Amino acid sequence: MSLRSPLSQARGLGSAKDGVGHWWMQRMTAIALIPLSLWFVFSLVRFPLLDHATMVAWIHAPLVAVALVLFFLAMFYHAALGVQVVIEDYVGNEGVKLVSIVVTKLALFAFGAAAIFAVLKIAFGA
Amino acid sequence: MSVKPASSNRPLSPFMIGPYYKPQLTSMLSITHRLTGLALAFGTIFIAAWVTAAATSPEAYAQFAWAANSIIGKLLLIAYTWALVYHLCNGIRHLFWDTGRGFALKSAYASGYAVVGASVVLTAVIWVAAYL
Ligand code: HEM
Repeated sequence: MSLRSPLSQARGLGSAKDGVGHWWMQRMTAIALIPLSLWFVFSLVRFPLLDHATMVAWIHAPLVAVALVLFFLAMFYHAALGVQVVIEDYVGNEGVKLVSIVVTKLALFAFGAAAIFAVLKIAFGA
Repeated sequence: MSVKPASSNRPLSPFMIGPYYKPQLTSMLSITHRLTGLALAFGTIFIAAWVTAAATSPEAYAQFAWAANSIIGKLLLIAYTWALVYHLCNGIRHLFWDTGRGFALKSAYASGYAVVGASVVLTAVIWVAAYL
């Protein structure tokens, strides 16, 4: 049994962290992803990108490399923000919630870094 | 004193849909937005693997291309395409709602049906175009 009042137990757990910033960046990245993902799908349809030489030549074009980097930045950021909300909604235990959020965020940022590095490596000529 | 609140054994979202809460188009599309979002988040791993393979070597890329061209790879790509197109269309619906418009029951249903139709048609168009 806890001697703390229900109000004091609730304090510090609720909202008023950085909800508005989170919400805003989810929308910003969503807006960015509209043209970027359409362009991405269009490119996959248009070029035989499963051929290595075609793929490398495609990324060598500066505009393509920049668009891919922007696409990846928006996508991985949007995904990290989005998955966080889902975890917050369904995981009740505070410890499990914290660990899940930290692990998914770090993983998504690591995959994002790898993807962006790969684009730059090809763009700069490897 | 400290009595456990009755709320602790209420059904938790999303498990209220079905036994306690009648499924409707709007709630189904909402949960589908969430599920496609999670699927796309999982798909980012494959996108990272794709460009990393291209940056590694032609051989590594050929392996990735082989997997993507297999039956399972193709089915996953079609599923990914639909998830992306659905989430994109429904995401635009969300952004429109964020301006405070489109919440009347009639318009919420109309935009819902439009999203379902557009997601199927666009997925088909993309895959037909890919083979032209
Ligand atoms: C391309 C990869 C994408 C990934 C990995 C992704 C992932 C996610 C995830 C995990 C969520 C959280 C779902 C939830 O809270 O229920 C989400 C929400 C959202 N996504 Fe995406 N998404 C992507 C693309 C897009 C695009 C292209 C749009 C275009 C409009 C978009 C618009 C939105 C919006 C508006 C929300 C918030 C929905 C809400 O308030 O419940 N997303 N996304």
